[in-house]
Amino acid sequence: MKTAQLIARVASVCALSLAGVSANAQNAQTVAAMDKAIVGSFRSEGIVSVESIKQDETQIVCSDPKLATGKAGEKRRAAIEKENMETIRPPYEGVYLGDWKEGEKVAQSGRGATWTDKSSTVNGGGCYNCHQISKAEISYGTIGPSLLGYGKTRGTTQAIVEYTWGKIYNAKAYNACSAMPRIGHFNLLTVKQMQDVMALLLDPASPVNQ
Amino acid sequence: MNRTISGGRIGVALGLGLSCLAMQVSAQGTPGTPTASDGIAKYREMIADGNPAELYEAEGEELWKKAAGPKNATLEKCDLGLGAGVVKGAAAQLPRYFKDTNRVQDLESRLMTCMEVLQGINPQEIIDAPFGKGAKKPVEAIVAYVVTNSRGMKINAPMKHPKEKEMYALGKHAFYYRGGSMDFSCATCHDDASKRIRLQDLPDLTSQKGAALGWGFWPAYRVSSGEFWTMQRRLNDCYRQQRFPYPNYTSDVTIALSAYLAGNAKGGVVNTPGLKR
Ligand code: HEC
Ligand code: HEC
Repeated sequence: MKTAQLIARVASVCALSLAGVSANAQNAQTVAAMDKAIVGSFRSEGIVSVESIKQDETQIVCSDPKLATGKAGEKRRAAIEKENMETIRPPYEGVYLGDWKEGEKVAQSGRGATWTDKSSTVNGGGCYNCHQISKAEISYGTIGPSLLGYGKTRGTTQAIVEYTWGKIYNAKAYNACSAMPRIGHFNLLTVKQMQDVMALLLDPASPVNQ
Repeated sequence: MNRTISGGRIGVALGLGLSCLAMQVSAQGTPGTPTASDGIAKYREMIADGNPAELYEAEGEELWKKAAGPKNATLEKCDLGLGAGVVKGAAAQLPRYFKDTNRVQDLESRLMTCMEVLQGINPQEIIDAPFGKGAKKPVEAIVAYVVTNSRGMKINAPMKHPKEKEMYALGKHAFYYRGGSMDFSCATCHDDASKRIRLQDLPDLTSQKGAALGWGFWPAYRVSSGEFWTMQRRLNDCYRQQRFPYPNYTSDVTIALSAYLAGNAKGGVVNTPGLKR
């Protein structure tokens, strides 16, 4: 069924049962119809399935500009943060830092997870797409804050180390509707790759902290 | 069909020019230093006497006037919204509602309707062909021809009919719809004019000014791929980078996003075909 028809049908159903049906419920039905039209416009291709755009609670709330920021969504955002916090797994034996040189490669690469990639493609972190990180790399994005001097300015206390791991593992645990992907939660990087990126940010020898 | 466009070779030549400019691009944030977009602006001046999209446009005009398909007819009676056969200004007023199909259509879905009704060409063949190949190739050339004929005009998709308003609303919903393995929506990258991916400036497509910058310059000739890209192809590649699955050609979501962009861009200037990285 075409979207327009679908919406029209939902609208007329709403009109018929208007008595007792709140504006919110009508709105929810319209949203459901639109979600259906969106998902129905796609097909699975390569490694990306249509299932992957059916939304979880985080994505539902953060797709609504009224809920994503401001008072109306406050409670739901807090619940989302809690839920995402529970997904974070510390690295085996508490080894948080790997090799910053490898971490730089991970931060540079924006590859992976598109329908033109293979399941064997080594994903990148895409960190430079959004963050300034080391001084030498002048081609960086500004969707996220600058991470230049991250370890030097933040320090490397256990609390900072754990926070940084958590942020990379699941950014939505700290900011429900962050633009940053949930990198560990969705297995975008391996534990080893995340340890290497951690070293890039926190190792005193890393160029980030020079 | 005889291939008259050697997009690949043009692409290589242009690509070299662009990378030379890219080398001049230095550190960001220092006042007065050129950004990547400055580089492209300069590059546009350099080749001001010719956008390679002109080759597609010329081919498209020929295809518009040439009898083709099982019905051996031309497209000269095709109604793009301003009456049968009117090409001038038509693209500036799309997407719009069409009574005969009872659907809001963008340029590409409307062309498919005309090719089916007038020429007897099966739209599924066009949908199934990859971009730049087979049954999609003639559609792309005709798109270049049609959009050139709105150049300099005001962006003015009507957005009055209830179905046009519904399509705009769906487009807005799609724009903010987060999903996939990276939780991205269009808004993640395009809701703030100060955002950048690497050195690439991202227009704020929720504002009139930003939407006019985005919508007003597409379809465009893409230097990096050496091909003319339609809006459907632009959106398809944005969704690929968004880690979404494959949007079906001319599916509701693609037309709805075009309606949203065109609606936001209303009053801006049509600069198509654009010339892009
Ligand atoms: C699509 C954009 C995007 C990508 C890709 C991204 N980030 Fe972020 N990141 C953000 C944004 C936006 C914020 C700040 C807002 C928030 O989430 O609180 C952030 C915040 C952070 C923070 C917290 C900074 C602070 O001051 O507390 C760290 C650490 C971080 N990112 C590291 C990374 C690393 C490492 C990668 C790659 C493996 C990465 N990010 C990839 C957008 C991104
Ligand atoms: C992860 C980031 C990202 C996401 C998500 C994204 N885009 Fe883009 N978009 C870009 C980049 C980068 C460019 C320009 C670079 C290029 O030439 O490829 C761009 C270019 C565009 C342009 C052309 C603008 C111009 O001035 O040339 C349009 C229109 C556009 N995107 C629309 C969308 C829509 C609609 C969506 C959602 C379906 C979307 N984008 C999702 C990053 C993104």
